[in-house]
Amino acid sequence: MRLIMHNMLTCNIKGVINKSPLRIEAEKVIKKEVDFNPDFLRHMLAKIEWKALVDGARSMGYTELPVHAPGIESDEPFLRKFHHALLELNLEEGSLVCQESGRKFPVNKGVPNMLLHEKEV
Amino acid sequence: MSLSNGVSLSITTTILHSTSSTFLPKKSPKTSLKEVSMTLSYLSSFVSLFLTRKWCGSVGILVKGMYELWGEGTCYEELRDSIESFPDSRKLPFLASDSTFRISVETFGKALTFDEQRERINSLTYIPFEGKVNLKNADHNFFIMEMDESEENNGLQPILQRRIFFGREVGFADRKLLPTFQLKSRTYLGPTAMDAEMAFLMANQAKAASGKLVYDPFVGTGSILVSAARFGAMTMGADIDIRVVRDGRGPDCNVWSNFKQYGLPTPVALLRMDNNLPPWRSGLNELFDAIVCDPPYGVRAGGRKSGGRKILRGTVDPYTVPEDKRTDHIPSTGAYSLVECVHDLLHLAARMLVMKGRLVFFFPVLRDENGSEVKFPEHPCFKLVAVSEQILSSRYSRVLLTMVKVEPYSEEVEEAARLMHVEFRENHLKWLEKGNIHSSVFKPSDPSQVHTDSKSFKDPKPKYRGKYV
Repeated sequence: MRLIMHNMLTCNIKGVINKSPLRIEAEKVIKKEVDFNPDFLRHMLAKIEWKALVDGARSMGYTELPVHAPGIESDEPFLRKFHHALLELNLEEGSLVCQESGRKFPVNKGVPNMLLHEKEV
Repeated sequence: MSLSNGVSLSITTTILHSTSSTFLPKKSPKTSLKEVSMTLSYLSSFVSLFLTRKWCGSVGILVKGMYELWGEGTCYEELRDSIESFPDSRKLPFLASDSTFRISVETFGKALTFDEQRERINSLTYIPFEGKVNLKNADHNFFIMEMDESEENNGLQPILQRRIFFGREVGFADRKLLPTFQLKSRTYLGPTAMDAEMAFLMANQAKAASGKLVYDPFVGTGSILVSAARFGAMTMGADIDIRVVRDGRGPDCNVWSNFKQYGLPTPVALLRMDNNLPPWRSGLNELFDAIVCDPPYGVRAGGRKSGGRKILRGTVDPYTVPEDKRTDHIPSTGAYSLVECVHDLLHLAARMLVMKGRLVFFFPVLRDENGSEVKFPEHPCFKLVAVSEQILSSRYSRVLLTMVKVEPYSEEVEEAARLMHVEFRENHLKWLEKGNIHSSVFKPSDPSQVHTDSKSFKDPKPKYRGKYV
């Protein structure tokens, strides 16, 4: 699971109201190369929740991201770091933890399981 | 390049006649060749617009090529007259002595021997070709296209008329695309994997291209995303069935390997989730450039959503899974009707597509003998721009709907959409038993058959023996 996916997710269990992103508990992280596409990255930059990305990258062992996203002009070195964090870090095994309820969503073979149990619906 | 939808549509219904289904009867294309010849003459009228441009591989996948028409006729004498009356100013630049050319013969409705083809090419001596012949990589490619009545048409009326065209190629499609991607050689397949040609058509309708993000909420084996990836798009998929999306049939036989097989970038993300209860964070919107999918119709494969059959019906209260069983527990899922499924899909698309983003999906329809107008699901954010029918059996077809997002999503819009959904469910699905198309497809055609003598009595409702995936 890449950080681009992590950035889109939340815990939707009945009763949980939070807005905070899921915390990553990483057990196995793999780096996979992905083609660099600046247009795609710029489009994504507008949609990403920056703090969640920075925290997520940190839990996967990458600390190069700036604390705040740059303004309108994003230069290439920044985009390269963004690209690496967003698309090249892969969580193969681990879990995503809801900060409010403590519920863990497992990630196996790179696929997060966001399906709710019967009582959580 | 996108042809006007009218042209794409006519070819769609004709060429796409086969599905991977084993118990739907194969129908031979009834009007295929007639429509092709109509389409060719339609095309020739606007080929003149594209004279100066060289189109390579961007012609879409249904069109084999585009040709500047130099002449036509019902026999070679007429063809000659027609070509000779075509202005020299349009012909001579492509016949120059410093260029190379090649003439090929294409036939529809018959096959020609090599000698017969050569004879036809040699008959063109009245065209002043000055250049040299190059069979491998000519500057200019010319085509003689000959159409003839099919000798055997099982005693029926011939569907083609004899007609001969001569033209210069101005654009061509990638002819290696379909043989390379056909499902026959795909590593990981499922019962409802999308046929390669159809997947490419869907990707085209969605305008999948480099720099775009395409999402399939019913990804299955990834057959539709493979085509989108081939057109350069980044892809993302989700499915409720974890065995399909995470495990596949092994480490080298899963969704990822389907992409690796063709050297395509693997999806940016795959996840297991329920479209009925999506885990998207609030505030997330306008993310995808296109959503392309084939939702479960409930005929050969039914949709599922969270909750478990008994819980959804209220027979059983929601229960808690004991701690020690929780890791391997696969949550129960209950039936998810087509109507509800499509409503959730429209809702997802309304929120998550960028403005002018495209939603492309199949919707099943019962083929009505009365020919009454079919109504499709609607949503206030979307404008329906294309409807293409693929006949599956005498009972039902599926239509490929292409919708464009024209209104931004908001709470007011959501309320209007909910009312539209209720109206659709109440008024347009009366012929579906509880929104279940399966029973309509499989019900016996004549109820009076039930009352024949006991020896030939057949079970009135054929049992569906397949699996609901």
